[in-house]
Amino acid sequence: MSPLEELVGQAEALIRDNTLPSVRRYKEATGGLAIGYMPVYVPREIFEAQGVLPVGIFGGGEDLEIIRGDAFYQSYICHIPRSTIELGLNGSYEVLDGMVFPAICDVIRNLSGMWKLQFPAKLSRYLDVPQNFDAAIGGRFYRMELEELTRELHAHGAQPYDDDALRASIAAYNENRALVRQLDDARRLTPWTIPTSELYVVLRSALLMPVKEATALFRNYLGLVREATGRRPLDQARVLVTGSFCEQPPLGLIKTLERSGCYIVDDEFLQIHRWIKGDIETTGDPLDALVKAFLEDAIESPVRYIGDREKGAELVARVRASSAEGVLFCAPSFCDPALLDQPMAVKAMDAAGIPWTAFKYAENNGQFQVIREQAGTFADSIKLWSGV
Amino acid sequence: MKAYVGIDLGSTTTKAVVLGEDGGMLGRGITNSRSNYAVACDVALSEALINARFGLIAGELDRSGLDTDAKSEALAALERLFRKHQYLEQLRVFCGISRRIVGSDLLARDQRGALDEILAAMEAEAPALYAPGASRKSDFFRDLAGSRYLSLAEVCARSKRVAFDRLVGLFDKTILEVENVSAGDGAFVAHAEAAYRDFTGAPEALGLALARATAVPLEVAASVGTGYGRQTLPFPKEQIRSEILCHGLGAHAMFPATRTVLDIGGQDTKAIQVDGDGIVTSFQMNDRCAAGCGRYLGYIADEMNLGLHELGPMACASTRPVRINSTCTVFAGAELRERLSLGEKREDILAGLHRAIILRAMSLLARSGGIGDEFTFTGGVAKNPAAVDALAGLVRDNYGKLTINISPNSIYTGALGAALFARRDAQRAAA
Amino acid sequence: MAMPETRETKAPALKDDSQLQQKKMIAEHYRRLAHAGETGEKNVYTFVPGNLTELLRSFDLLPVLPEINALQSAMRGKSREYIAIAEKLGHSEDVCTYVKCDLGMMKSGNVGPTGEPLPKPDLLLLSYTGCFTFMKWFEILKQEYDCPVAMLHVPYQADGKITDQMRSYVVKQIREELIPTLSRLSGRAYDEDRLKELLRNSAQAEDDLVFVLESAKHRPSPIDAYFGGVYYIGPIFTAFRGTKDAVEYYRALRSEVEDRIQRGLGPVTPDGELKNERFRIVVEGPPNWTSFHAFWRMFADEGAVVVASSYTKVGGVYDDGFRHDPDHPIETLADYCMGCYTNLALPARVAMLAKYVKDYQADGLLVHSIKSCNSFSAGQLMILREVEERTGKPGGFIESDLVDPRYFSAANIKNRLESYFQMIEQKRTGGLS
Repeated sequence: MSPLEELVGQAEALIRDNTLPSVRRYKEATGGLAIGYMPVYVPREIFEAQGVLPVGIFGGGEDLEIIRGDAFYQSYICHIPRSTIELGLNGSYEVLDGMVFPAICDVIRNLSGMWKLQFPAKLSRYLDVPQNFDAAIGGRFYRMELEELTRELHAHGAQPYDDDALRASIAAYNENRALVRQLDDARRLTPWTIPTSELYVVLRSALLMPVKEATALFRNYLGLVREATGRRPLDQARVLVTGSFCEQPPLGLIKTLERSGCYIVDDEFLQIHRWIKGDIETTGDPLDALVKAFLEDAIESPVRYIGDREKGAELVARVRASSAEGVLFCAPSFCDPALLDQPMAVKAMDAAGIPWTAFKYAENNGQFQVIREQAGTFADSIKLWSGV
Repeated sequence: MKAYVGIDLGSTTTKAVVLGEDGGMLGRGITNSRSNYAVACDVALSEALINARFGLIAGELDRSGLDTDAKSEALAALERLFRKHQYLEQLRVFCGISRRIVGSDLLARDQRGALDEILAAMEAEAPALYAPGASRKSDFFRDLAGSRYLSLAEVCARSKRVAFDRLVGLFDKTILEVENVSAGDGAFVAHAEAAYRDFTGAPEALGLALARATAVPLEVAASVGTGYGRQTLPFPKEQIRSEILCHGLGAHAMFPATRTVLDIGGQDTKAIQVDGDGIVTSFQMNDRCAAGCGRYLGYIADEMNLGLHELGPMACASTRPVRINSTCTVFAGAELRERLSLGEKREDILAGLHRAIILRAMSLLARSGGIGDEFTFTGGVAKNPAAVDALAGLVRDNYGKLTINISPNSIYTGALGAALFARRDAQRAAA
Repeated sequence: MAMPETRETKAPALKDDSQLQQKKMIAEHYRRLAHAGETGEKNVYTFVPGNLTELLRSFDLLPVLPEINALQSAMRGKSREYIAIAEKLGHSEDVCTYVKCDLGMMKSGNVGPTGEPLPKPDLLLLSYTGCFTFMKWFEILKQEYDCPVAMLHVPYQADGKITDQMRSYVVKQIREELIPTLSRLSGRAYDEDRLKELLRNSAQAEDDLVFVLESAKHRPSPIDAYFGGVYYIGPIFTAFRGTKDAVEYYRALRSEVEDRIQRGLGPVTPDGELKNERFRIVVEGPPNWTSFHAFWRMFADEGAVVVASSYTKVGGVYDDGFRHDPDHPIETLADYCMGCYTNLALPARVAMLAKYVKDYQADGLLVHSIKSCNSFSAGQLMILREVEERTGKPGGFIESDLVDPRYFSAANIKNRLESYFQMIEQKRTGGLS
């Protein structure tokens, strides 16, 4: 087994193990707290500044059998809250001291209250991010939210808040995100060297370890893929995948897309890595810096109010920037943010002359025949007609 | 003798249970459901009363001094011959109606010859169908006569050069009428006497027992109807009870220590919690979604070209069950085909599918409040060994060691509960 | 809010003055909207939860509520067609049917319930309260109409309380962004005295509304707090809170209810007075609009009266003592918004429903789960179990949708309801003796 295969294999094993062994190791080594967070975006910098390991909770995946989780949700609600509750109830999340639920949609919002009722001894916090982006209004509110978060972490046993510690944490996360940008750039440039099914596994496993470990992992991975000269380019269509930012697609689905003739050159699977586009200031008041970055330097997303900006403009820009030839709308069934947004995004694609196709999935889908055919046909049509 | 009747009108079958004054079971009957609900109820009740009469005959024979073997042989023979005469009667009705239909249709003249041949053959072979030791495909006239008719029609169509489809069409039209005509009272006596006359070498005690049993007046003092079709049940409102309550009470009557009941029917699944008196404390239903009902297995059987009853045994033969994630019936077919094309074994896929349907049931049970000791499993799917295995395993893993009750008579659970309600209503009214 | 007339004759004696008043108010409102093009009256589209009707009216702006349009379309039998239009345009079968119905109605000429066309929005006031879908709805409408949008982000009461910073956030948005926008739109200056006057009216009407809602504590209950309730909350939750018309309506309604209590009468139903109250039920979740009267009858036919509901709190919770406070006009608007039912976290909802079961002497909680509405639905199964546990009373569970008739199966619902009522009955009489 090559070092690259070993790295990816370990990362995959880590994300498939819902009992969070890396979190257990962290707690044993440091005595610190571990707090889970649901997808899209939380300011992880704050957690680590107070000695808390932020743990990415992205659903139980394709291998988890739901026994109790379905008792909490009707059939017309997406799958991720079921697997999350299942893992809470079957003891897998015993190692977590609590959960943070960022504002994504009503399902996750309500889950924060359910978690309080079901696990009263654990921390359960809803992070209400602002949909008003005026620094004095929304910014002020967000700052208060973040201060409240630091207090609550401390009250639960974390180290008290400290400006310097937060600045250092921000710097560490800046470095980490810079590496993600490097990986993304490399994938855009030469997607055959960094298959998305591989990158995905590495990026997701990084959410289960302290940021410095994650940074080392990224550096390591980047180095190894640069050396992997055996990876040759194929005649595949370059696509951007959008809509899968919360409930994750099964790994098999990502592999299926790549095997049906697509290079995924941009995606939204783990938006927490890309939510803040650039570096966050490490001088001055660090909480203000986090607020400023959230208000001014965040990506466009269906969970975020579009304001006066043009819907879909950023998506079009991303397509151009990644030289993508088409867009795959890949949304979880019943996902309000993705599915309500889709017609608007599709309009923008049509206006810009960007080909697209759409399908739905669930995190526990076991078969991909239909998607394989659809993606394959789409890729073929791009290759056939791209010259036209 | 006062009798209390419960009738459960289901989508596939209609069941009736008759209880005596002490609440003990006198008889039960079942027939296939049909478009005329009133007739379906009548037939089910009639079958239950027939069953009750046979019970009375058996009771009389007990007092006769006949030895056990002779007694059971005599009863079995009498019943077999009874059924033969019942069948012949229905066949007579069938012949009359089919001839009338063909006779009135000028365009069907070519079918007359074929029909005559088929009917003659059916009449001739009927006794053989009910010969000692003969096994029959079904006890419902529609199924039994239908399968005979279709086999004979296939041959006839060729020899008489008549379109098979049209002969099938004729059967469909005829059976619709036949089924929606009530049998009428007094049928028991006529068939029983004919059967007795037919019984060469019948012990004398049997004749006496028959006479005595027939003389007992069975008065239906109260009846309650239930079932999914009860919206249009031919009963006044006060005599109708929800199937949930009937099912809970029926299960309690069969297994007094039961606390949770799971019924996986063809069209819906019910998870019911009952207390120590059989009173329902909570319930959940899955009546919107096919996955998690018997229908799911029906689709699978069709997809795999198997009989419904073959699925369970085949799944039990699996050594390496496949994980089936799609719980949606719409996608089950696609997932099934994909697995087969990937070379997975049929029994492994089936094992996975059975687990999937039981997982849905587990969710429904969790929603209704979990699984308490004892746990009773009813419905057609409870006869499926793979489903029972999957359920037992999941219950053990998640709720510990519980007693799981499965009765071979579980199809009568709803009707039993309804009859118990009827008895209570009558006793309350008398008080 | 126009409710279609029932064809059956009404129960004798009472004049139903309030019902006539409401019809007049609504008809007048839609007439003004239909003629807004000529009169130059400006309108603002907004949502029921977190509606700032008093503020809008202080600027003489006319409120339009797309949610109400959608439910009206359903009651008039047009929602199936409207939803089909939206789905053909690419909107998913999985998303909220209010949105799809609204889009379909818009594409079909935006004809309102009185047969007159509704005006295009002069402003979309996105009161982002208690429902994520609202955000997308108005983003979509903004594209369709190319009109301005004002976002009012109302923070979620995640911890069961309103903090100073939450209040200050909403107040700032209203003062510094919304009021200037409304001022520009209407061409008038902000008139705080006028706003206070309207808020005084609101508080008065709220007193009377709460009296009406709490009248259900009587046995028999003079009102149905779910099916009847949607008529009672109409003026408060929609375009009329703060107006003199609303004050008069609630005064009339209150005296009618007082009269019913005196005479020991049950609630008015489509088939006349409900004479035998057999079951007292608390209902959680919105009603179905496409089969509203048939659904109502499934309860009334069994003698089941809804004595309290969460849906009647979706546009504001008043029975906990909250009143619009004219002395703190902007702060009170903020508190009102944050207090709407769907903006409350699960623990608070459980507590409210359990309290209703106890205070209104109910036989149990019935959860009506709506496929479209994740805000209500996600967590209802847990609410059901929690309330059962806390009250010791049995819970029931039925499912349908707001305005998509494909999701209302009368047979299934009736089956479950009858089973639930019989279950309660059986428990009462102790089963078999």
